[in-house]
Amino acid sequence: MTNVQTQTATTSKGITSTVSSARRFQNNAMFALIGLGTFIVLIPLFLITGQVIINGFSAMNLQFFTQSERDMSMLTGGGGVLNAIVGTIVMVGLSLALGLLIGIGTGIFLAEFAEHPLVPLVRVMSDVLTGIPAIVVGLVVYALLVSSKLVGYSGVAGGIALGFIMIPIIVRSTEEVLKLVPNSIREAGLALGLPRWKVTLSIVLPAARSGIITGAILGVSRVSGEAAPLLFTSLGNPDLVWNLLQPMGAMPLSVYNLAFKALTPAQNAQAWAGALVLMLFILGANILARTLAKQRK
Amino acid sequence: MISSVPRPRSMTSAADNIFRLIILALACVVLAAVAVYGFILIQGGFAAFTRENSGGFFGFIFGLEWNPGTEKFQALPFILGSLFTGFGALIIAVPLAVAAALFIAEYAPKWLATPVGYMIEMLAAIPSVVYGLWGIFVLIPAVRNFQIWFVGATGVDWQPTGTGLMSAILVLAIMVIPYVCAIARDVIQLVPNDQREAAYALGATKWEVIRYGILPYARAGILGGVILGLGRAIGETLAVTMVIGNASDIAKNLFSSTATMSSLIASQFGEAGGTQLSALIALGFILLILSVIVNLIARVVITKLTPVGTRL
Repeated sequence: MTNVQTQTATTSKGITSTVSSARRFQNNAMFALIGLGTFIVLIPLFLITGQVIINGFSAMNLQFFTQSERDMSMLTGGGGVLNAIVGTIVMVGLSLALGLLIGIGTGIFLAEFAEHPLVPLVRVMSDVLTGIPAIVVGLVVYALLVSSKLVGYSGVAGGIALGFIMIPIIVRSTEEVLKLVPNSIREAGLALGLPRWKVTLSIVLPAARSGIITGAILGVSRVSGEAAPLLFTSLGNPDLVWNLLQPMGAMPLSVYNLAFKALTPAQNAQAWAGALVLMLFILGANILARTLAKQRK
Repeated sequence: MISSVPRPRSMTSAADNIFRLIILALACVVLAAVAVYGFILIQGGFAAFTRENSGGFFGFIFGLEWNPGTEKFQALPFILGSLFTGFGALIIAVPLAVAAALFIAEYAPKWLATPVGYMIEMLAAIPSVVYGLWGIFVLIPAVRNFQIWFVGATGVDWQPTGTGLMSAILVLAIMVIPYVCAIARDVIQLVPNDQREAAYALGATKWEVIRYGILPYARAGILGGVILGLGRAIGETLAVTMVIGNASDIAKNLFSSTATMSSLIASQFGEAGGTQLSALIALGFILLILSVIVNLIARVVITKLTPVGTRL
């Protein structure tokens, strides 16, 4: 029984092609499955952002930004996340300084000293560093700085942990943009009699500035959502502190504590508000980085 | 002004040498970091690795008992917990991620492909704690309702808590999809157009072009992305900590509470001291080794198996 029907279609060049209905069905079925799969992938995005926006906005008020977690009262509620916002800004700032210094330095090494024998190994190590779990970095900084009583639980320790998570991100973006800077610019500088260091620092780096900034923004957006490495380094602090040598709060730590270790429903509501603040900041940074990258092209 | 043109050569090269040394020193921080991490963690975990009570090194790795009361610390339940959740998440995530990558790269017109691509990348930008928060208040109640229904229907002896292996797998699946999808999309877009045109010229349908022209070509790159996704899933901490239940037993079924290496570190660190702390750092060392191995395998797979010209 051969009921495989063939349908005839004529292409624009007048060539006749035959596709059996079974193959046509398979083609359409796979298209439907792939479309459905894509749709399923997007469902959690809408669910999560939707719920964070709805629950977050209803729990947000002025004191959420002007008070600290310490100001929360079991009887009257209240309290906010000012301690966490300040802590995140301070520690992410510190991590950015560390990440830019070592990240740009290593990026220059990979792109401008490409003939150096260590270049392939440094590149592999930088990639491996990208894949190391954040919590492992936290444990290392804990063992190195905190348990050895070098600085104790502190903003410094948290900032260094975040910095080492940021380094490989900045290395990669710096290397990529430096390689895009045309060689003629370097040669022009060298032809003017400038030494190599001056060509790199005052001609090549400025030419790659916007790309490096994009990488830095992506690095900031990545580490400002990290709580795991801070659990053992900055520890968290319900009070507002600016001192880098004291334990320090952070936005993701507050969301974790308010959601997972909370005692009252009011704290759970604040966890949603904290998540909204964190997501607005991180998505905003991502969109900014993307816009800058697009302008460059 | 001829005299001002030639620079004293020795001065220039001295400054250049200093610059070179500084740059090399900064690069060496990156070069040495992984080894230093390993050294510090093995030092911190040494007491746990060599503890008689747990059966020495092999006892620590292959033993099943984690008991702070008797100070017997063995890691296998959590190594398995990390592997179960990681592979479980991949089973759900990979087909969906590849479907989305094919949709963006092959099917969707540009006006649709660009926003869909952005939205999937947004999933990657959402912090782990936010996934955990959503897991606690949305996913866990849903899983609990399913368990209650399932217990009612089959009469199995389960505690319908909602927290456990299944909730962790679902959260991780959502979290690794954007990573696998981004790599799969890049690899598929790098498949040369000759492959497509050749398949079309043989009379292939769209799906046959993908099945026989594109997927075999992109296979290694996609596999590399999947392995990197596994690395992500194994290292993911807070979202898993918030939904897995953190019981220090091996998982008995798909819905029972257990822990992964990272979730155990995060949940027990606060009250740990002495040997327990050392055991948690030892778990961190295993996690480090596992993530380094996974990353190196992914790199080898991508460079060795990908046809020349399509390497990322």
